[in-house]
Amino acid sequence: MTSFACDKHRFHLESGVMEVSPSTVSLIREFGCEQTLLSRPDGSASFVQGDTSVMAGVYGPAEVKVSKEIYDRATLEVLVHPKVGLPGVRERSQEQCLRETCEASLLLSLHPRSSLTLILQVLHDDGSLLSCCLNAACMALMDAGLSMGRLFCGVTCAISTDGEIITDPTAAQEKESRALMTFAIDSKERRVMMSSTKGSFSVHELQQCIAVSQKASEKIFQFYRDSVRRRYSKNL
Amino acid sequence: MAAGFKTAEPLEYHRSFLKENCRPDGRELSEFRTTTLNIGSISTADGSALVKMGNTTIICGIKAELTNPTADAPGKGYIVPNVDLPPLCSSRFRPGPPGEQAQAASQFIADVIESSDLIKAEDLCVDRGKLCWVLYCDLMCLDYDGNILDACLIALLAALRNTQLPEVGINKETCLPEVDLEKRQKLHIHKHPVGASFCVFDDSILIVDPTDEEENLATAHLTVVTDEDGRLCSVHKPGGTPLSGEKLQECINRATARQREIHKLIDKVLDSVKTTQ
Repeated sequence: MTSFACDKHRFHLESGVMEVSPSTVSLIREFGCEQTLLSRPDGSASFVQGDTSVMAGVYGPAEVKVSKEIYDRATLEVLVHPKVGLPGVRERSQEQCLRETCEASLLLSLHPRSSLTLILQVLHDDGSLLSCCLNAACMALMDAGLSMGRLFCGVTCAISTDGEIITDPTAAQEKESRALMTFAIDSKERRVMMSSTKGSFSVHELQQCIAVSQKASEKIFQFYRDSVRRRYSKNL
Repeated sequence: MAAGFKTAEPLEYHRSFLKENCRPDGRELSEFRTTTLNIGSISTADGSALVKMGNTTIICGIKAELTNPTADAPGKGYIVPNVDLPPLCSSRFRPGPPGEQAQAASQFIADVIESSDLIKAEDLCVDRGKLCWVLYCDLMCLDYDGNILDACLIALLAALRNTQLPEVGINKETCLPEVDLEKRQKLHIHKHPVGASFCVFDDSILIVDPTDEEENLATAHLTVVTDEDGRLCSVHKPGGTPLSGEKLQECINRATARQREIHKLIDKVLDSVKTTQ
């Protein structure tokens, strides 16, 4: 393989087993990412978490439709395409979560009266889809070289019927779970940027899940750091 | 003078109030607007309610229809919520297919119904695998002044409490359902999920029950839904600036208090409806 090809196609895999407390199983599935894999978008990435896989593309800053123009910042549009069929109400609600998370981390006021478009294509859904979308989105935004105030990553937690917390659940584990929560954690202070939950749970369980997600986010942020370092260093 | 300041520098205008721990409409930071509830406002619907929180007005009508249960859940009926934000309620909305906000609100309501066990889907089953009820819950915003999620949840809960389903029997000879419109039964409501919405100003100041103006200027939104047992049914924060665990706990405490207030309000209004009948 030529060095050029090596530059173009990067694939980092990292598997992680983590210890939070003995009562909680916190095993993140193997995850990996490939950046700059599409030629047309200004930034692209595909993120794989276990069998869940999402591809993201970013276009912009580009010209904006007059009706969507905002005079002091860029307009961000997020589109989520499911694997089969047309995007529905569920995708709209995911788009809203993703858009507001990206808006909070991007420095949009640097590009007034312009448009940014983020397109996410689901390639395969095997649980923790929203968190995989968040990770793919962040990687694609980084690849596009857009200025960001902070990074973010997504972590999904499931609470099983016997009260066990499972991070990064598969589709089967999601189905069996009593409650499901997805958080976006910011890289600055490890606080919650986005939260989307399903099922009922106690306050204690929520705080526990946030703590577990914060712990798991360290792993993903380290991965972000490593992949950027590898990309821009000369000797690796 | 003040009106000019408000138009030119809306954010500064709000900040000057928040500095003094109050808001432009005279409320404190953790004070909800006056909530008014009218139950049974649409006589032709199976159940209905009208909610006003300040200027925000939501009307909910419930229509029950008989249908075939889905193949994967033969013993269950289902509930279909739909939030409509027509151009009537605000200049922000254009005619045509529902926008992102309306669709996200519908999805949020559907998620809360599923998460909270508000109604057991088994209760809506008439004949296993053959016949069940489907409840179409249409929520329409008449006046948009912020915080529609809370108002929608109250309207939905009150309308479901008001819903009376006619008795259905199945004729043994013809195998067709027979509906007795005279004999009606109330729905069994298991849980009372109530939401409380918050806005974050300047990454640190939390305000409750935001108006439309406050929503537009805020950096993050959060809706917490709790039921009467103090369990959380939803913690919905669609992005925005990050929030610490302590702030989240504050919001949860306020939401539990709000749940009690609204539960009491619905009970009181239902009682008054009963006595007038």
